[in-house]
Amino acid sequence: MNFQFANVLVYILLGAITAALMLGLGWLLRPSNPERRKLSTYECGEPPSGSAWINFNIRFYLVALIFVVFDVEVAFVYPVVVAFRDYVLQGKGLLVLAEILFFVGILFVGLVYVWAKRDLEWVKQVRTAA
Amino acid sequence: MQQLADRLIDTGFLQGLPRGLGYVIVVALFAFLMLNFIMLVAGVTSWLERRVWARIQSRIGPNRVGPQGSIQWLADGIKNIMKEDIVPSAADAPLFRFAPYLAMMGFFGAFAVVPFGDGLIVADINIGVLYVSAVTALVVVGILMAGWSSNNKWALLGGIRSAAQIISYEIPAALAVLTVVLFTGTLSMQGIIRAQGWAPWNWFLFHNPFTFVAFFLFFVSALAEGNRTPFDLPEAESELVAGAFTEYSGLRSLLFFLVEWGNLYLIGAICTTLFLGGWQVPAFTDSGLVLGLAQVLTFFLKAYFLVFVAMWVRGTLPRVRVDQLMTLCWKYLVPIAFVNMILAAFFAAILPNGSIFVKAGMCVFGLGLAVHFFQRVLFHLRRAKPELHLSPIV
Repeated sequence: MNFQFANVLVYILLGAITAALMLGLGWLLRPSNPERRKLSTYECGEPPSGSAWINFNIRFYLVALIFVVFDVEVAFVYPVVVAFRDYVLQGKGLLVLAEILFFVGILFVGLVYVWAKRDLEWVKQVRTAA
Repeated sequence: MQQLADRLIDTGFLQGLPRGLGYVIVVALFAFLMLNFIMLVAGVTSWLERRVWARIQSRIGPNRVGPQGSIQWLADGIKNIMKEDIVPSAADAPLFRFAPYLAMMGFFGAFAVVPFGDGLIVADINIGVLYVSAVTALVVVGILMAGWSSNNKWALLGGIRSAAQIISYEIPAALAVLTVVLFTGTLSMQGIIRAQGWAPWNWFLFHNPFTFVAFFLFFVSALAEGNRTPFDLPEAESELVAGAFTEYSGLRSLLFFLVEWGNLYLIGAICTTLFLGGWQVPAFTDSGLVLGLAQVLTFFLKAYFLVFVAMWVRGTLPRVRVDQLMTLCWKYLVPIAFVNMILAAFFAAILPNGSIFVKAGMCVFGLGLAVHFFQRVLFHLRRAKPELHLSPIV
């Protein structure tokens, strides 16, 4: 197993090394004539108006929040699902199935809640008091 | 791969070397081979995609460099190496330079667990599929970093969209993987392939209706995670210039596109592993070498067929809007994937080894679907005949 995981590490590093080698080769070959206008930010040829580091749409944060909840949940289901087949072959399938159902059910309620609160819609309609 | 390394050191051409050194040599050799394989596949895909896409749109595509333009990708690579590397003065330079490295690391890391044949896998780790979804997430960080550090409005929008899109589609993809894992009991890539057979009725695609649905869920989610049309919002060239990569020039942008085209093969390989029986071939010969070659070829052709389908989809469908993208993921794919997984769990609890009748039924259904599809294609081809001036081959 250690050999396998060492290999995985080698490949992740290989990605970085390949990128470095290619960029190094490019550094030897490419021209470098920096100029003020060339280094300015591209905005369709107009002079850029201000920085891009601004507040942006909050929807992206909400999506990320919902994602975190569901991804953690999926991460917890992974080991159960891997062991599921063994349990079924031992005749305890329905017990494990009930446990999965219970766990996933709670999160499904979460999805329904987010849906009902209209947080899955990209443009949230806020009902104002009449 | 450890068995292969052991065999080479004990009896092969590395005989007599200390074990540690032998391992290092084998690993380095395979890393070099894999590097060439990835570059070749990504490069050829970039050319083939433009040809296929042009053909779909009644254009010709690149056909000047080499026969049929087949070394266009080399010319593009050389052009990109010779280009000036521009780091905008307003950008966050260290992050801007570091972003392609992260994308490349995530992309190469995933190739460590892509199988090629029986025993031909770099690292057959017991968490294979989970590892793939974990390590490819590095690509998202790379794209988000590229988008934010450019200090460009197009790039920022592209990067943020990409992050939102990729993390959203991670959920249905993972649930579709879990649907298969219910029937294998292992996450190892080779283990999943060994649980299938060479014949289509032994593939997980036709194992039962739920894995059949899971295949489509996974393929759609994988296309979205690979930033492919119809989900190519992060680079959306008609609205965001080049999205997250707007400020990148020359080699650095090439690295991102290398990741994109290489990812296409990765998607095909993982789909093949999970649903299409991987490298399984019937044992038609005693020669281990011939059998091994047949396995490698089978796996590559299956994976590349899916790459072709992805090109086809790209040439056919328009891009979705960002709200449609999120609606599709959270209101359709996620609930369907949840219900699908639960139903598959019921199925697995009742029939852990599947049922021959279900498999036969699914095969007939799949065949019927394919026949219907080709009938429609033929119908449209016949209708469009007067308008087709170019032969589809040239």
